[in-house]
Amino acid sequence: MAIVYQKSAGLTDKEMHYCPGCNHGIIHKLVAESLVELGLLDGAIGVCPVGCSVFAYNYFNCDMQEAAHGRAPAVATGIKRTHPTQAVFTYQGDGDLASIGAAEIVHAAMRGEKFTTIFINNAIYGMTGGQMAPTTLIGQRATTCQSGRTVEQAGMPIRVAEMLSTLDGCVYAERVCVTDIANINKAKRAIKKAFEKQMNREGFTFVEILSTCPTNWGMTPLKAVDWLKENMIPYYPLGVIKDTGAEVK
Amino acid sequence: MEKELWKGNEAIAEAAIRAGCDCFFGYPITPQSEVPEYMSAHLPKAGGVFVQSESEVAAINMVYGAAGSGKRAMTSSSSPGVSLKQEGITYLAGAEVPAVIINCMRGGPGLGTIQPSQGDYFQATRGGGNGDYRTLVLAPSNVQETVDFVQEAFDIADQYRNPVMVVCDGLIGQMMEPIEWHPVPKRKLPPKDWATSGKYGRDHTNVINSLYMAPEDCDQHNVHLDEKYAEIAKNETRWEEVDCDGAEIIITAYGTPARIALTALETLRSAGLKVGLFRPITLWPFPEKALHDLAGNPHVKAFLDVEMSSSGQMLDDVRLSVEGQKPISYLGHAGGVMPTVEEMVQSAKKALKEVK
Ligand SMILES: Cc1ncc(C[n+]2csc(CCOP(=O)(O)OP(=O)(O)O)c2C)c(N)n1
Ligand code: SF4
Ligand SMILES: [Mg+2]
Repeated sequence: MAIVYQKSAGLTDKEMHYCPGCNHGIIHKLVAESLVELGLLDGAIGVCPVGCSVFAYNYFNCDMQEAAHGRAPAVATGIKRTHPTQAVFTYQGDGDLASIGAAEIVHAAMRGEKFTTIFINNAIYGMTGGQMAPTTLIGQRATTCQSGRTVEQAGMPIRVAEMLSTLDGCVYAERVCVTDIANINKAKRAIKKAFEKQMNREGFTFVEILSTCPTNWGMTPLKAVDWLKENMIPYYPLGVIKDTGAEVK
Repeated sequence: MEKELWKGNEAIAEAAIRAGCDCFFGYPITPQSEVPEYMSAHLPKAGGVFVQSESEVAAINMVYGAAGSGKRAMTSSSSPGVSLKQEGITYLAGAEVPAVIINCMRGGPGLGTIQPSQGDYFQATRGGGNGDYRTLVLAPSNVQETVDFVQEAFDIADQYRNPVMVVCDGLIGQMMEPIEWHPVPKRKLPPKDWATSGKYGRDHTNVINSLYMAPEDCDQHNVHLDEKYAEIAKNETRWEEVDCDGAEIIITAYGTPARIALTALETLRSAGLKVGLFRPITLWPFPEKALHDLAGNPHVKAFLDVEMSSSGQMLDDVRLSVEGQKPISYLGHAGGVMPTVEEMVQSAKKALKEVK
């Protein structure tokens, strides 16, 4: 009998704690598979955030550091600068990266730090129970904007991939989602490309992944997928936002 | 050994390089900016990494990343910047990541002044960050000691897997003094087999983390940390006593005021007073027992605590150690005003008169 599918060697056997229908698990798998397929897993060092993926250190089969809320890009800077030949990545939510850690991500990108950031945009603070994130859409309800986010109160949501792509140090920024097989494959290609460019020492690489939070969106997993497609993708368009191409070294 | 003239802050940076500091992350702030400046010029030449961070918050987290992955890492700042580092320091302590942090103290609160101060004693010894943790705090009183302590701080940090702070005031950082380069102390250190340096065939992943979801686990982690802190207190408590034998009045002071006190001691002695100096060198662990025992001596009549702090911070530890055995008076200034020899002399005389 031929094995057609098995768990990636990049993941441990630990059972994941994510809610049913949450995309974090799929994204973990894609990151893990990418590291394995590129032969980077053994030397890889990951940094997990404070957010629902705080326990990612239990799931990735590589050395991991757990950062303070938002500080993963600074932690990864310390790791990558002292381990320049190894693959380093941060895995961060939108509250973590786009709110409390906005300074750290912008400056890591500005410096062209040679690590990869996997950015999970689920338009909500998942772990703390559904408060408004900087990425929460206008009209979207959250526990701290119960009638829906308004521009007057909170401004327009932040498009992080576009913002970071204005910085020369950021050589690659792509936005993907994992709602179906075709998009999952695209997401994996983006993640692999980001790691390849990192290992090429081209600069800072960034993959934004639109992700569901059925629990805090108050929807079934399937409804959440539809909501993401209908509401998030129009505001957060998918595709390559920046790809400078390999520099001559 | 030959003496060389060094500015305090530059000597701090050079001492760290000699002690094998692999990387430095820092942000400019007076009166410590010469540390990152010197590091930027010299650390890369020595094969190390220098990054000017976007903030002190980022700097301490870069330290956490680099030190967590097994490298010798340092950051330096002055008071307002050290306030910003507190988040990172509690994570270092919680995850047991060794690191060296320099605080070249200036006056506060708030933006305060760029002049020297000792207003961060509470922050350093009580922990400005959240949770039950301790940072070993070394307090040198001149440039020579600063250099020696910085060199040793890396080994202490590595031995206990704990952040070590060297606190000096802006005066020491800015002052030039002749120093000797002593051989870097070499302790027998455990291997960093816990570091996140890459799995490379290891049968388990290494994780740097301070999260314990189950209350029992978090409690147990704190018990473990407490045992470590007790071990540090047992092995590393340092202080100096000058002329305390037979002294009737004891001045307690650390850092620059302790140095000024040495001159006050001479003046008081020539005026016929029996005076001694008790100088804590580690602020945590505080030399509690030594001070307690000293206070128990019948010849000791009173204490005078002197600090560059408005109403006294170390004073709390002096009181806790003396435990009411003898009266304690206080002399201090904040905001860069130094306690003078004359003030110390007058205060010591007054304190002694009150008990006689
Ligand atoms: C300094 C600090 N502030 C606040 C928190 C509380 N907190 C934990 S997770 C979180 C939000 C995480 O949201 P996000 O980054 O979007 O991740 P998600 O859970 O949605 O994946 C917050 C505010 C914290 N742990 N530390
Ligand atoms: S709360 Fe949301 S983001 Fe967190 S695990 Fe559940 S579904 Fe996923
Ligand atoms: Mg989120």
